[in-house]
Amino acid sequence: MNLTLKVWRQKNASDKGKIVEYKVNDISPDCSFLEMIDILNNNLVELGDEPIAFDHDCREGICGMCSMFINGRPHGPSDEITTCQLHMRSFKDGDTIFIEPWRAEGFPVIKDLTVDRTAFDRIIEAGGYVSVNTGSAQDANNLPIPKIDADKAFDSATCIGCGACVAACKNASAMLFVSAKVSQLALLPQGQVERKQRVENMVAQMDEEGFGSCTNTGACEAECPKGISIENIARMNREYFSAKISSDNV
Amino acid sequence: MSLTGLFLIMFLAVHLAGNLQLILPDEGKSFNLYAHNMANNPLIQVVSKGNFFFILLHVVVSILLTRKNTAARPIGYAASKSASKATWASRNMGVLGTLVLVFIVLHLKGFWFELKYGTTPMVDYDGETIKNAFLIVKEAYQNPLYVLFYVISMALVGFHLSHGFQSAFQTLGLNHVKYTPIIKFLGLAFSIVVPVLFALIPIVMYLQNS
Ligand code: HEM
Ligand code: FES
Repeated sequence: MNLTLKVWRQKNASDKGKIVEYKVNDISPDCSFLEMIDILNNNLVELGDEPIAFDHDCREGICGMCSMFINGRPHGPSDEITTCQLHMRSFKDGDTIFIEPWRAEGFPVIKDLTVDRTAFDRIIEAGGYVSVNTGSAQDANNLPIPKIDADKAFDSATCIGCGACVAACKNASAMLFVSAKVSQLALLPQGQVERKQRVENMVAQMDEEGFGSCTNTGACEAECPKGISIENIARMNREYFSAKISSDNV
Repeated sequence: MSLTGLFLIMFLAVHLAGNLQLILPDEGKSFNLYAHNMANNPLIQVVSKGNFFFILLHVVVSILLTRKNTAARPIGYAASKSASKATWASRNMGVLGTLVLVFIVLHLKGFWFELKYGTTPMVDYDGETIKNAFLIVKEAYQNPLYVLFYVISMALVGFHLSHGFQSAFQTLGLNHVKYTPIIKFLGLAFSIVVPVLFALIPIVMYLQNS
């Protein structure tokens, strides 16, 4: 396949950046999207140009590092996969493909297509954990959890923190991510002790990082590579209101 | 947003019930009596002040929200499609709301202000002389452009509510496998039926008098 790529190039955080056009030829349809970028980068290095910086790690859809906005959609044209799981057979010979970084105040560009997503780490540090001592593993029957709650907690926990929700949202809101993290712990017994302070602190950190507020458009759940539902956002709102009303935090 | 929005939704329902009396075949008698009673009922006066306050609050919060949300994405995309996964109304609530606000201001100027501070024609019912609100409305709806303006405005309200109604429940954290489908259905029904009935009033009155 022969393709025209329009890629965002930006030297560093303070550079203005611009879209640069590249041609790539003889790409196999079985090639993954990231391999296609690797091929382009090899060509650039041979020409003595700076290769395109992009995030990736596991290349099997579990780490959440890859993060490209491809032809107007996070992780490209297919539903419920990450960029590393995207293959060139999803495109046609002769296509023009736009490749841009996540765009959000909370995700400043580091270089080219890589953005700084440590805002998510700081939100987790604000409360996305269980710090009470839950002891060593006990008999499972001592902690009866309804199957439906276990399933929901597990669904929420499949969030890989890639930030596609922020990238897709017209408000650059991080509420799908934060709500998945709040939910996975709120639904399980181990999460109860810190339940109220967790949601209060995580939401406060989320706002501090400059993410927008949810207006329930649902673009995030449509673009989430793990299919996280906005039911989580409603749950977080519920957790937040009841914590605000009843917590000792004044 | 959600609480003020839900209040405005309730207001719309009550407002519609009152206005439908305009097309009863009694030359406006029931509407005039209703308007007279509303204007002289202290409880309604409190609700009415509350309504102005809630519209204002809804607008102020929507401005703050929109400012925060545009600041959250200082640089846009060269190619963006993902928003198209969301409904058109949900992506354009600000624009729809602003146009609805233009309507509300003109609507208040045309009727509310006229009735309260203008020189209103009077009408006699069983010895009691009250303001003939019906006549003001009837005259206004002789103008086909005015009628068209009303019909378009009601379509805007409909779109605003097609997202807003169910969105308000989600914002309040009310999302449940059993109830969310019902809420979504009611929201869709409300956002179609109520604006259509509102829009029918000027159309019917225009046709009756032309
Ligand atoms: C008939 C009058 C109106 C009604 C019944 C109404 C109702 C609603 C409802 C129920 C919501 C959803 C709230 C939520 O999801 O939490 C909403 C949102 C919104 N309204 Fe209104 N509204 C009205 C007029 C206005 C006006 C005059 C503006 C003007 C500026 C406005 C601007 C907005 C905005 C920007 C949102 C956005 C939030 C979002 O995208 O979900 N609305 N409205
Ligand atoms: S590289 Fe790990 S999810 Fe894509």
